[in-house]
Amino acid sequence: MDEYFPRGIWPYLTGGLLVGVGVTLIFVFNGVRAGASGVFTAALGYLSKHPYFDRFRGERTWRTLFSVGLLLGAAVFTVSIGERFVTEVAPWRLALGGFLVGVGTRTARGCTSGHGICGLSSMSSASLAHVITFMAVAILTANVVGRML
Amino acid sequence: MFLAGGAIFGFGLALSGMSRPEIVLSFLRFDDLGLLLVMGGAVLVALPFYHFWKRPLLADSPQPFAAAANRRTLAGSVIFGLGWGIAGVCPGAAIASLGTGNYPIALAIIGMFAGAYAQGRISLLQESAPAKSPTPSTHG
Repeated sequence: MDEYFPRGIWPYLTGGLLVGVGVTLIFVFNGVRAGASGVFTAALGYLSKHPYFDRFRGERTWRTLFSVGLLLGAAVFTVSIGERFVTEVAPWRLALGGFLVGVGTRTARGCTSGHGICGLSSMSSASLAHVITFMAVAILTANVVGRML
Repeated sequence: MFLAGGAIFGFGLALSGMSRPEIVLSFLRFDDLGLLLVMGGAVLVALPFYHFWKRPLLADSPQPFAAAANRRTLAGSVIFGLGWGIAGVCPGAAIASLGTGNYPIALAIIGMFAGAYAQGRISLLQESAPAKSPTPSTHG
């Protein structure tokens, strides 16, 4: 067991169950399956007059609120039972990876939460295809990049 | 409920360690399979409600879930996978990570906004060339 879960299974299981409670509450109250990546496109409508981003006017308020919630919840964890952590992943990897994540998730119309959690919970075969695709490519990429550096 | 649901989601992501790129990268290299438990745990809770809860308390009906898997959108997931494998950061985890005070993650978030901006500009260009009907997303 330790071989596969060096940090134990409890942080993952309890964290995952809480993530599930969060998306479930939003569905039970608002009927929305909330994924995270849509905020990048929707919130750009606040800054850009470009017509593409204006299409997401109807969803940008809830997506922004949801994102502020994500941020606040994580902050509450850190000041209560967690501790602050600063990544040592190289800045170029964060910036380049982030850019590709932005292009990719918006082209795929979903990310690890939209296709992963919400899509799989909806038993969507399209989302399953996306999850298999991005997992396989990410596993390959992380191993190649890890070997090179 | 978006703010409260998001906060519980963010607390869970931080608790699970998914807000730390190093832990996500160690999953992708099969050194720590915890990410599967996070995703599995979340799906376990959400699936029965997504399936059986037909009347939202604050809306008339649930929004339909309309994911599409075609060459174009799957190419998007290939690009996402590349980025995820390089940085160890996905959108929800990035936002939560900023909340934990992991300030270098701001670079990844700026990158995501820039990527979404490029994607928006490009997809509108593509639409105006051939006559294809635009289908904006409602999830993701």
